[in-house]
Amino acid sequence: MPESKETRERIIRIAEIIIEELKLEEITPESFNPDMDLVDELGVDSMDLATVALVLQDEYGVFIDEDDYPKLKTVRLIAEYVQSRLHGQKANDSL
Amino acid sequence: MKTVSTLLDQNWYERYKAISRLNIRSSIYDVTNRCNLRCKGCFFFSSDEHKAAPEEEDVVRWESFVEREQARGVNLAILIGGEPTLYLDRVEAFYKRLPTYCATNGLIKIPRDRFPGMMVGISLWGDEEDERLLRGKDAFAVSSRNYTGDPDAYYLYTITSRQLGRTERVIRRIADAGLKVHMQLLSNDEGVDGFSWTPPQLSDIRAEMDAMLERYPGTVISCRYYHEIITTGRMLGRPFSWNECPSVTEPLDNRHPRPKRLIRFIRWAADLKTMHRCCTSATRDCTTCKDGAAHMSWVMVNKRAHMRSAKDLQNWIEVYEMFAKLYRFIPW
Repeated sequence: MPESKETRERIIRIAEIIIEELKLEEITPESFNPDMDLVDELGVDSMDLATVALVLQDEYGVFIDEDDYPKLKTVRLIAEYVQSRLHGQKANDSL
Repeated sequence: MKTVSTLLDQNWYERYKAISRLNIRSSIYDVTNRCNLRCKGCFFFSSDEHKAAPEEEDVVRWESFVEREQARGVNLAILIGGEPTLYLDRVEAFYKRLPTYCATNGLIKIPRDRFPGMMVGISLWGDEEDERLLRGKDAFAVSSRNYTGDPDAYYLYTITSRQLGRTERVIRRIADAGLKVHMQLLSNDEGVDGFSWTPPQLSDIRAEMDAMLERYPGTVISCRYYHEIITTGRMLGRPFSWNECPSVTEPLDNRHPRPKRLIRFIRWAADLKTMHRCCTSATRDCTTCKDGAAHMSWVMVNKRAHMRSAKDLQNWIEVYEMFAKLYRFIPW
């Protein structure tokens, strides 16, 4: 299924946050491969992820459990995780 | 953009992937305030850390404490002291619940039927002459008898400045005992005469450590980059210091900006409530600290800084592998 405009925008924004927080060079949010493995390819470690998670929490108002870090392997997976958290919140809000 | 796979060939990339997701979460525990030696230069006694808190004596409380540590995410318990083997029931509280590394002077033999597979690091300070001077006895004579051929024990050889030109004999004796060895340098916390390092001595001992690694690859667990870091106190042009050290107790870490550090790391006193500032003594001058684990961790938490070149990243991998071997996350 093609990704929605909302998903694409979220992926770009998350890539932007990662580039900014990890001070990555020679890459733009648009050219960031959303399926690139952050640990195996970018050398991201758990402290990097914690830094990124804090910004994501502020940006989207979702809580990112540290135990979930191993699941956050790519920008796309992070975007899906954020989305599922947002949906979970909406579901809770409507109860 | 530089990525891991563009920097490394297939062999190095596989080595990287074998360690990149280990997520080691260590903490350090003072098992007791007592020791059966009183070594000159031991940070624990020289800085009165043995008086920091009374010992928790109820082993049930040790067991629940370890369970809380496990829940906190710790996956490597590093037991120091005092001398942990004086209280094997406390050691057992960790061993039954967590991957455990036990530091010891080796005078008491850890019963292997009770602790199979537990990694044991035996301290060794120079050769027998240095040991008599600094520790009051030739501890190696006893510890090598106790641990001969033990596949889960290694010597942590603290090299003193008087060991220049004398390390090979020590390494050979360890090899003859069928054991491995890892090297670090004496920080000389108590300023014992003749045991402080000069820059030329540090340069010479680095060359000697490299030579030992080359000559005894089956015995020495080390790598050249670690030798460089520990003898120069510099990594990628940055000096080791309080503002760089990764092994600071997390709840007490008020440094700004916060450097790359060990996540969830705490060094606990033997009352299981008091926290020490860092992995070594709070009175130590960080600029002259030679602690091996602190320097290894310093490299390990700075992975992406080592993605400047293939060589830098290979250096990082070798240090990480060394740490993972010493704490049993990967085989020798």
